[in-house]
Amino acid sequence: MSAATAFDVDRVRQDFHLLSRELNGKKVIYLDSAVSGQMPLPVIDRMRHYETLEHTNVHRGVSTLSQLATDAFESARVKVQRYINAASDKEIVWTRGTTEALNLVAQSWGRANVGAGDEILLSAMEHHANIVPWQMLAEEKGATLRVIPMTDAGELVLDGFEALVTPKTKALGLTHVSNVLGTVNPVKEIIARAKAVNPALVAVIDGAQAVPHIQADVRDLGADFYAFSGHKLSGPTGIGILYGRLELLEAMPPWQGGGNMIRSVAWEKTSYMGAPTKFEAGTPPIAAGIGLGAALDYVTALGLDRIAAREHELLLRATEKLSALPGLRVIGTAAHKASVLSFVVEGIHPHDMGTILDSEGIVVRAGHHCAQPVMARLGIPATTRASFAYFNTTAEVDALEAAVRKAIEIFG
Amino acid sequence: MADMRELYQQVILEHNKKPRNFGKLEPCTHHADGHNPLCGDQLQLTLLVEDGRIADIKFEGSGCAIDVASASLMTGAVKGKTTEEADRMADQFRAMVRGDLDPAQPNDLGRLTLFEGVKDLPVRVKCAVLPWATLRSALKGEEIASTE
Repeated sequence: MSAATAFDVDRVRQDFHLLSRELNGKKVIYLDSAVSGQMPLPVIDRMRHYETLEHTNVHRGVSTLSQLATDAFESARVKVQRYINAASDKEIVWTRGTTEALNLVAQSWGRANVGAGDEILLSAMEHHANIVPWQMLAEEKGATLRVIPMTDAGELVLDGFEALVTPKTKALGLTHVSNVLGTVNPVKEIIARAKAVNPALVAVIDGAQAVPHIQADVRDLGADFYAFSGHKLSGPTGIGILYGRLELLEAMPPWQGGGNMIRSVAWEKTSYMGAPTKFEAGTPPIAAGIGLGAALDYVTALGLDRIAAREHELLLRATEKLSALPGLRVIGTAAHKASVLSFVVEGIHPHDMGTILDSEGIVVRAGHHCAQPVMARLGIPATTRASFAYFNTTAEVDALEAAVRKAIEIFG
Repeated sequence: MADMRELYQQVILEHNKKPRNFGKLEPCTHHADGHNPLCGDQLQLTLLVEDGRIADIKFEGSGCAIDVASASLMTGAVKGKTTEEADRMADQFRAMVRGDLDPAQPNDLGRLTLFEGVKDLPVRVKCAVLPWATLRSALKGEEIASTE
């Protein structure tokens, strides 16, 4: 028996009420987990428990209730630490999501460390969230961006990679998994090779699409910063993580000022807390943090290796079936992929494809996926993207194929 | 949900495949670029207006079938019309795809009623409307039109 059948999918699907819902007279087939994952009931129940029985603010007051809330919230931080194998829970900063985490790095670390003439090296397959904060910083400081190119298949070109790294390279921004192409980048190798040329650069890894599928061990990868979101990981929206090496976080200036992040405030001088608290001004999204902790428990209980094996099987089946359809081209054919399948069909715009799939109950993403430079590089305006999660079935993959076939027939 | 074959009628598919009035007028008296930031559809409209009448009109750009067919049929429909007539058609078209058109009132839409099915697909309304929004911007002398 393969690893893919190692957990009971029918049982797992009962944790997702959406999967038995009908929309427009069709049963929902959710193939859009790369845009936002669905939350299983235990995660929702844990958040409800906090909101109904534990709710108050954290890190404030002496009440038992406040202690309960703080314990729940802080234990979620420790779960995150373990999930990515960080050395300390002090290295785990709560943010609103991946985007805020990357902006925090660019604004706090970047403004203190990047100057005129410095370089920031980004890959050609970054999401806008790991491009725009760096462009804003570069514009402010007079720094320049350089780009690691990619092949038509969607793999980074690493021949001659070292030539892109110079003594002026301050940061390497790299996505662990491409949200459009599904490519799993050899992050560990790229960081090692970059640091062999310039040991002082910091590696800023966008892990948003990686953590739901693969083990991200930040120490093994050699990442200095690693960012991801709760809602792509079976958790809620509004919560994300910035992992930063403690030494870097301690040296960075605060980002936003306010309550919680201070040690003491006087008109003459204010002193700040250490990491991670100095980056957490104001009341955090407490229920969302606790929910993310519950999501990690859920995913860990299923087993990331078993999740990955199941998703890989779905990806292979979908790739094989769709590739056989007339005029269809898979976008992103890297050797090592996560369960993301982008495609275009000759003569059918992805938005029309999306509408026709929607009429069959199939939820996918159609568009540029917040990665316009990837679209420009490949010379296409948009793609249709199906992404598979552990609760998806082979029958749902087959329904996707049938619906794409129908679109091809309609467009003749 | 609209029936897909109802939405993607042969005329729409045919105009998508072979859009009419595709290209650029040089010189032109009016022009505007239309952009739908959400989905990336974009088109450039050029017009030749003589004595208050649209003597010629062309469009370029890329988008979905609804957008391209809408632009193709729009250019055909407004050619020869006065700018006031075109403006009124833009109002009527917008009302139709939003489901606000009063069927009791006469309208000038003719074949453009092909796009009525879009009213059941709120996320696609912007695709159908983009060419008309761009036309209105061009006639007003604005260079950029956006559906946002």
